[in-house]
Amino acid sequence: MTSPVTTAAATAVADPAGTQPAGGGRRARRRTSGGAGETAAGYAFLTPTLILLGVFVLLPLGGAVVTSLQRTNGFGSGSFVGLDNYARLATDSLFWRSTLNTFLFTVIVTPVAMAIGLGAAVLLNTVLPARGLLRSILILPMAISGVATALMGLLVFDENNGLLDKLLGFVGLPTVPWQSGGTAAFASVVLVTLWWRLGFNMLIYLAGLQGISPEVYEAAKLDGAGGWQRFRYMTVPLVGPSTFFLLIMNVIYSFQVFDLIFVMTGGGPQNATSVLVTYAYDTGFVTRDQGYAAAIGVVLLVLMLAFTAVQWKTSRTRDQVG
Amino acid sequence: MTRPAVLDRAPEAPARRRPTERRWMWLRLLIALVIAVIILVPLYWMVVVAFTSRAELLGGSFRLWPRALTLENFRRVFDNYPVVAWFGNSVAIAAVVALISVTASMLGGYAFALLRFRGSSTLFLVILSTLMIPVQVIMVPLFNLVTGLGLYGSYWAVILPTAGSAFGVFLARQFIIAIPRDLIEAARIDGAGHGRVFWSVVLPLCKPLLAVLFFMNLLQTWNDFAWPLIALKENALYTLPIGLLYLQGQFGSDYGGTMAFALINVVPMVVVFLAFQKYFVQGFARSGIR
Repeated sequence: MTSPVTTAAATAVADPAGTQPAGGGRRARRRTSGGAGETAAGYAFLTPTLILLGVFVLLPLGGAVVTSLQRTNGFGSGSFVGLDNYARLATDSLFWRSTLNTFLFTVIVTPVAMAIGLGAAVLLNTVLPARGLLRSILILPMAISGVATALMGLLVFDENNGLLDKLLGFVGLPTVPWQSGGTAAFASVVLVTLWWRLGFNMLIYLAGLQGISPEVYEAAKLDGAGGWQRFRYMTVPLVGPSTFFLLIMNVIYSFQVFDLIFVMTGGGPQNATSVLVTYAYDTGFVTRDQGYAAAIGVVLLVLMLAFTAVQWKTSRTRDQVG
Repeated sequence: MTRPAVLDRAPEAPARRRPTERRWMWLRLLIALVIAVIILVPLYWMVVVAFTSRAELLGGSFRLWPRALTLENFRRVFDNYPVVAWFGNSVAIAAVVALISVTASMLGGYAFALLRFRGSSTLFLVILSTLMIPVQVIMVPLFNLVTGLGLYGSYWAVILPTAGSAFGVFLARQFIIAIPRDLIEAARIDGAGHGRVFWSVVLPLCKPLLAVLFFMNLLQTWNDFAWPLIALKENALYTLPIGLLYLQGQFGSDYGGTMAFALINVVPMVVVFLAFQKYFVQGFARSGIR
């Protein structure tokens, strides 16, 4: 009995109409709510996830909120100081600098990474020689660790021995102080991030483009729509759900950027690349001011939640994802 | 009426393309090649530096390829650091995390996709929102928790906090929800319990999903940095990225040694990744993230 069932299912799954998540979700929702047995089964199936995420993520999150109300170095129990840590943040210029940098980083990286990802996906979804090879190359950085990526970044952006400045010098252009200049250092971190993240953005857009039927484009072509029109009024709206998913993921990743900055610049020079996550790490594990570090973390989380809530509220395509 | 496979949509027949489109093809190819070169140059440079002798690197002459390829950087790294142990740690931790995480994600995805129970949508949102919690926000209490459980400095200190995957549950739900309902109903009517439906009906249909989940987790854990940096204390228990940072601190500006070690970190996942990348597009496409 298994084999015909599997074949039928495989065919059905391969049919894009059957994979429309919105349709599936609606169908599921229409079902009458399950009885006690179904509830028990639901929680049984969720037990491993609930334990892992509950104990090792949500419980410490509660702990972080409590710690943020204390003065503690992590040894022994701390003393309760109320909202002192948060009040301290208001007058801490390094905190404001890190917040600004986190926002700048997110606001620059997210749209650029998505635009390049969409462009590359559209490009590599058309007829092109060596398309498979080109796709593999562009996706490759996804497989590389943040530390290795950052070290490669140093190799390219090093002021004395870096590849880029040597190339600039070679063709007679002025070299750039990638490590001692604040803006240049920030730019180098952004560029390395874009390099690292292109593959993921392209991959998701590629998956989105695979879901668009070629017949739709044929029809538009017959109606005389030009290349740009087809892209603007068909491709962009049709990959809307991918865009929404990527927007959320890119914002989350950008707010959490750590490896690259930690290894490439350590937050320097003069805090030009310090972000909330690196600042929280330094405060918690280098200067061991753990209550204050927790407060920085809580602020970071609140900012992320607010950012995501706004995206969720303003998006029209979210239902096709969730 | 036969649909081409999800990934390899057959190119349009060349006869149907107009000459102008063919001209554009060269422009598109050129753009794609430029992007590919930008992606490859740092990787190429890492390989070149890793295989260039220390003397030549210190000489400072700028060449796009080394005068002579050498393994001395690798020898120096292997002689001075427990690279084999670090490699083994990375393999063990990544494999265990991937196994636990895939199992938990599949079970959770099944529950959210096919079972109706009280509080399911609230729970789903709570689980998704954990995606947004950076480890740096919870690292202090997590560190205390792990220490309190007596796990600090052990493999489990890295494995347990890493193994829960909201993203995995989400992806599994999206994939399983797209499985035709009739199949599940039929099995239920035949008297199969949820355990049996999960094992005999859903799992066999989820092979691309399993591949995606397994390798996403493997990759993520293999490359994970911030938490292992905090959770591991002994040099001998380091994973490769932590070892890489440690070694960079010790070697200073020895780029040859650092890059040789970076290659040891990077190459296994690149190979695995390239072998399985077609499942990635498939897995995402069929999960309805588009």
